[in-house]
Amino acid sequence: MDRIDRAVNDLREMDELASGDSPVHHFSALAKLTVTVVYILTAVSFSPYDASGLLMMVFYPLMIFQITGIPFRTYLYKMRFVLPLVLFVGLFNPLFDRRVMLVLGGLKITGGMISMFTLMIKGMFCLSASFLLAATVRIDDLCAALRKIHMPDMIVTLLLLTYRYVSVLLDEASIMNEAYHLRAPGQKGIHVSAWGSFFGQLLLRSFDRAQELYESMRLRGYRGEFPYARAEKEKGRDFLYAAGWILFFVLCRYVNIPVLLGRLFVR
Amino acid sequence: MHMADALLSPGVAAGMYAASAVAAGHSIRVLKNKDDENKLPVMAVSAALVFAGQMINYTIPGTGSSGHLCGGMMLSALLGPEAGFLSMIAVLTIQCLFFADGGLMALGANIWNMAFYGCFVGYYLIWRPIMRQEKLDLRLRIVLASILGCVITLQLGALSVCIETTLSGITELPFGTFAGLMLPIHLAIGLVEGLITSAVLLFVYSARPELLSGINEEEKKEGRMSVKGVVAVLAVLTVLVGGGLSLKASANPDGLEWALFGNAEEGYAENMGLDEENFGNSSSVSDAAQAVQDTTSFLPDYSFAGSDSELGTTVSGIVGSGIVALAAVGICLAGGFFRKKKTV
Repeated sequence: MDRIDRAVNDLREMDELASGDSPVHHFSALAKLTVTVVYILTAVSFSPYDASGLLMMVFYPLMIFQITGIPFRTYLYKMRFVLPLVLFVGLFNPLFDRRVMLVLGGLKITGGMISMFTLMIKGMFCLSASFLLAATVRIDDLCAALRKIHMPDMIVTLLLLTYRYVSVLLDEASIMNEAYHLRAPGQKGIHVSAWGSFFGQLLLRSFDRAQELYESMRLRGYRGEFPYARAEKEKGRDFLYAAGWILFFVLCRYVNIPVLLGRLFVR
Repeated sequence: MHMADALLSPGVAAGMYAASAVAAGHSIRVLKNKDDENKLPVMAVSAALVFAGQMINYTIPGTGSSGHLCGGMMLSALLGPEAGFLSMIAVLTIQCLFFADGGLMALGANIWNMAFYGCFVGYYLIWRPIMRQEKLDLRLRIVLASILGCVITLQLGALSVCIETTLSGITELPFGTFAGLMLPIHLAIGLVEGLITSAVLLFVYSARPELLSGINEEEKKEGRMSVKGVVAVLAVLTVLVGGGLSLKASANPDGLEWALFGNAEEGYAENMGLDEENFGNSSSVSDAAQAVQDTTSFLPDYSFAGSDSELGTTVSGIVGSGIVALAAVGICLAGGFFRKKKTV
């Protein structure tokens, strides 16, 4: 499938996931945004050698995946571009940090191996938290939550409008791309002779469209402020949801539960 | 160049959020003063356009690979730096949330690395000064500004990625080696992105010159050089120069270190506030960050080789981790975690 079509599908898929009906979907966007930010901060703050402590953080994404029924495969597919950079940076750790930290059987585990493992795990956890936020909150609700935390109106409105236009322009670019490749079968991308005109045409048409859109918005009373129709109010259960998860994260951060569990079996 | 959350420490991420927030605040203030804030729909469509444009593959002649547009330079040339910067924030946020390109915590750093350099540095230090060189043909100026803008801003972005990762103390990779790997790759990417961006901007100039920012009205006359000719000549030149530079940079990965620290007698190191002894992993900032991390981390309870007294903790940790992993697998199996995607 072409890159543009994949992007269109990705966006639609996220839209469908975000309009789901699981219990997690019904919590307020602000609560989920707070939980996500605290989760990422907590996960990242673990020491590079605290692999067992970090492992407990797996329960947040696991539980959300389970409760919402969001397919794990979709998340794995989305990780394909980001994980290589994390791996690239982490792969050098075993080469530079050769201090032997523990010996398992005859196998010497170095500090670099442990820090590479935690770096990869952190990467996966943080990405899963952002993905689950986008998959359980609709863009309108997310923008309303951003307004509540006093994010400037200009940025929030720009984000909302851009999101709306991304799918329109992706569709248009996809049609142009398909038409071009039907006329140039076997060609991998856009030929150098059409580098300027191919995207330039789309650019000119889009600018005209944006101008018309702006004028029609002005005629309907738009003066730079974007009114939000419904303002979702946080309820008690939203506070409970956020507080519950944050407590769990803090507990995982300061108490090494796997070690405590292990002590039940090992003296 | 999108950074993941795991590559940054919370302190560095917060610092980059603050820096990007200042740039965003400045942009909003400038747009409000210019009364340009009502142009949001145009900014939104331009941002969406760049997003879509970056998905189009452009064949690089003779290589079999493909390149993409440079978003920051394109937007600042069309909308001006402030509106371009805000539009890039929208693009990067959507990429982060819906396409998993870069992390939520690293968004501040990504905005700085890609939008700030592309829009502010690219416009004020490259695009606008070159556009003021009236002796040169305007088309040549557009091509030069696009290529130089893309190359320089991408190099700055790649260098920032290295500095931010090193300051975070995440990688054991020495700063010089990391930069020696990152910069040549982004030099090549910048050249290709610059060529594609210049081709698109030249097309816009020939069709609708009023859309380009920073060009004087009286200078909008027909140029003599053909678009294809300029692109072809510059492509050959840049491949030769870029290829040579990349090879040199790859063969001598410490060249960047020399550039930063080796010119002390000329005052460069002092001017840039850099000190080789304290740079990177052993800088005072990273030491302070490490001290904070040491006090808050659970690491002291961990046992290391040669420390028999804490062997029990290590074994407990391994056994406990096994139990946690089993519990996690149990949850997965209980709810059909690896379920297939539902078809509607």
